[in-house]
Amino acid sequence: MNHLPPRRELSDLRQSVAERAKPEISIRVCSTGCRALGALAVCEAFECEVAARKLTSRVRVVRTGCHGLCAGAVAVVIDPKGIFYQGVRADDVREIVETSVVGDGIVDRLCYRLGDEVVWRQEDIPFYKHQTKLVLRNCGLIDPRSLEDYIAQRGYESVERVLSSMSPEQVIDEVAASGLRGRGGAGFPTGLKWRLGQAAEGSPKYVVCNADEGDPGAFMDRALLEGDPHLIIEGMIIGAYAVGAERGFIYVRAEYPIAIEHTQTALAQAREAGLLGSNILGYGFDFDIEIRKGAGAFVCGEETALIASLEGRRGMPRPRPPFPVTFGYSGKPTVINNVETWANIPRIIEMGANAYSQIGTAGSKGTKIFALAGKVKNTGLVEVPMGATLRQIIYDVGGGIPGDGQFKAAQMGGPSGGCVPADYLDYPIDYDSLQQIGAIMGSGGLIVMDNTTCMVDIARFFTDFVQAESCGKCTPCRIGTRRMLEMLERFTCGEGESGEVEQLAKLGEMINKASLCGLGQTAPNPVLSTIRYFRDEYDAHIHERRCPAKACRHLLSYRIIDGVCVGCGACRKVCPVGAVEGKPKEPYTINIATCVRCGACVQACKFNAVSVD
Amino acid sequence: MADTTSDAAIPTAVSHEEICELLDRLAVTPESNLIATLQDIQDHFGYLPAPALVELSRRIRIPLSRIYGVVTFYAQFYTHPRGRHTIRVCCGTACHVKGGGQVLEAIQRELGITNGESTTDLKFYLETVACLGTCFLAPVIMIDDQYYGNLTPTSVGTILRRFGAESE
Repeated sequence: MNHLPPRRELSDLRQSVAERAKPEISIRVCSTGCRALGALAVCEAFECEVAARKLTSRVRVVRTGCHGLCAGAVAVVIDPKGIFYQGVRADDVREIVETSVVGDGIVDRLCYRLGDEVVWRQEDIPFYKHQTKLVLRNCGLIDPRSLEDYIAQRGYESVERVLSSMSPEQVIDEVAASGLRGRGGAGFPTGLKWRLGQAAEGSPKYVVCNADEGDPGAFMDRALLEGDPHLIIEGMIIGAYAVGAERGFIYVRAEYPIAIEHTQTALAQAREAGLLGSNILGYGFDFDIEIRKGAGAFVCGEETALIASLEGRRGMPRPRPPFPVTFGYSGKPTVINNVETWANIPRIIEMGANAYSQIGTAGSKGTKIFALAGKVKNTGLVEVPMGATLRQIIYDVGGGIPGDGQFKAAQMGGPSGGCVPADYLDYPIDYDSLQQIGAIMGSGGLIVMDNTTCMVDIARFFTDFVQAESCGKCTPCRIGTRRMLEMLERFTCGEGESGEVEQLAKLGEMINKASLCGLGQTAPNPVLSTIRYFRDEYDAHIHERRCPAKACRHLLSYRIIDGVCVGCGACRKVCPVGAVEGKPKEPYTINIATCVRCGACVQACKFNAVSVD
Repeated sequence: MADTTSDAAIPTAVSHEEICELLDRLAVTPESNLIATLQDIQDHFGYLPAPALVELSRRIRIPLSRIYGVVTFYAQFYTHPRGRHTIRVCCGTACHVKGGGQVLEAIQRELGITNGESTTDLKFYLETVACLGTCFLAPVIMIDDQYYGNLTPTSVGTILRRFGAESE
C-alpha cells in the first residue's frame, strides 16, 4: 500500500472543528420527520428570534434529524440542560426563547408528562432512558448537512484508522468477529458476505446500500439517511476497501426526498474533503458513490431485483445462486447491505469487535432500530440491544397502549413477518428467537395492535399488499397470493366455509416452499402466524359470521340506541350517504340498506348512542 | 401498476421539438441508464408522453416494447397527465389499523375518483401508497408536499373542500 501523508483537507477540517467556538446554548430542532407538522417554520422562528435578540454568538439553532419521539412532533431539545419540548409550533418559539434561553425556566405546557408529573429533561423521559443509542447516536444531535458536525462526533475516524493501519483482511476479520448480521431482514452474517465478495473473481467490484425501504411501517432507513448520512458513507467506504470495490450505489426510494437531498449534500462534502474519489486521504484507494432513485416497486428491496433495477430493467428477481457477491451489478461481484448494516460498520471499528459483541444475545449482536407505530403512545424510532423483550419496547419505551385498549399482538417484519401474541411479551427478541415464533426481524417495523384490530383483516391487509407487489415472474407467488387473498376476503365478508382455514394454511406452506424470491417465500407469514395464534378469530368469522374485534365492516351493523339518542343530529350531518333518518330532538334511526358502515356516526356521536354489533 | 387514467379529453400534445431539446440536454446515448432517464423526462413533462418514449427508444437503442415493460412495471411512472394536485393516501399498516381505509373511501366519495385517477377538471390526482413513513400521523395523507394527519372520514372531507376553495 502506498502510504502518502494524509491530505490536508481532513486534517484541516479536524483542526478547525477542534478550534470551533462551542455555543453556550444549542437549540436542536428536528427538521426532517417533524417537517410533516411544520418543523421548518419552527426552525425559522427560532433563527429569527435568536437573531432579533442578538444572541447569535451564544446560541446556535441546529436543524437536526429525527429525535425519535415522533409522537411529540415538532420536537425540540435545548442544550446544555437537555430540555425536551414536544408539540412545538412557531407560535411557541418566543415563549421558549424568553423562558429557557434568556431565562432559566421551563415551559411546562410543552413538556412530556408522566401522568401529572412534568418530565422536562430528555434523559429522564422513559422513552429515552430505556434505549441504547449506538447507531442513532448522532440523529437529532447534529446538523446532517454539516460535515463539521459529523467530524466533531468522531466522524471518519474509523475510515482513517482502517486505511492507515488495517489490511482488508483485518477489516473483514473485525466485522466477522463483531457478529454483525444484515439488518435488512434475513440476518445473513455481514463478515461472511464481505469475505465472499472479497474472494470473488472479477473486476470492477461494487458495493450497494439498499435504501429501498418498502415495508409499510418501517422508517429507520429514512431517518438514518436524513439524520446522519455521513455515517452510511463512512460505512460504505470501509466496506469498499475491505472487498476491493471501486464504485458504490445508494439505491433509495424516490418517496424519500429529504433523504436524497441530505445524502447528495453529504456525498459532495465527502468528495471535497478527499474522502471519496481517487487516492482517498492519500492512501492510494479509489472509491466513489452515486445515488440511484427507485421508481416504486416493493420487490426491488430483494437484492437480485434491486440489481436489475440498477441496471435500468424491470425489477424482477432471478434464482440464486449465483449470488450477487459473485454475480451482481453488470455481472460483477457486488456486496449489498442495508442502510442500518452500513451504519453499524464505523461503530464496530470505533469500539472494536470485542466491545461491540458484548451488546446483544449469543446469536445476534449489537442493537436494532425499531419503528414503533400503531396503537402505542410513544410512536417513533427506538434503538434497543438485541435480546430486549417486546414488553420493554412497547411498555417501557413505548409507554404502552393509549386509552383503555388492551395489547393483542405486535406485527413484526412487515409483509414478510408475523403477528406476535401477548404470550410472548417477555420473550427476548433476536433473529433466531423471532423465527421460532413465526415472525421475522425484517427491517424492524413494529406495529402494535389492540383489541380493536382484527387479525383476519390484518392477514388480508398484508396479503393484499404482497399480491399487488408480486412481480408476477413465478407462479406460486403470482397466483398463490391471489388465491390466498380471495379466501381471506371471503372470510372477512362472512362467506368462509368450514375447512377453508386448513386449505389456506396448506396453500401458504406451498407458496413458501415454491416461490422464487424472498417476497413470495415470506408472503404467507402474516397468514400462517395469525392462523397459528388467532385461530379462534378465523373460526368466529367462518362459523359464527362474526368479527370479534368489530373491524370487518361487512359483518357489522350500526344501530342508534333508542333511549340514549338525544336527537342532536350530529350523526345525520356527517353521514355521507344520508342513511340517518328522523327529526331533530327525536331519536334518529339508521337505514341499514343505505348504510355504508363508514363509522362516521360513531365518531360524531357525543353520547355513545350508536351501537356496533 | 401504472396509472389507469384514460380520459381522452386530456390534452396530450407535446411538440417534437420540445422532446428533442430535452433529450439533447439529457445527452441520451445507448450508455444512458433507462430508469434515470425516464425519471428526468417525467420530471420535465409531469408524465411520460408516448412520442417522447418513441424518440427515447431511437436514441437509447432499446426497443419501445422493453421501455414500456419498464414504465408499466414501476408504480411511479405515469403515461397520462395527472391532476395538478396529487393526493397520496397512505395505506401502511399503522394507517390501516387506525382507520385509513375509511379515510380513503371518504376521499373517493368526495371526489368521485378511485386510485390512479384524476378528477375531470384535472384539479386532483388520487393515488394510494404503501407507506409515507410518517406512522405517528396515522391515518395520514399528503396533498402535494403537505401532510395531513390524524384524519377521520369527516375531517378529510373538510380538508379537501377547504383546499379546493383555497387553490381556486
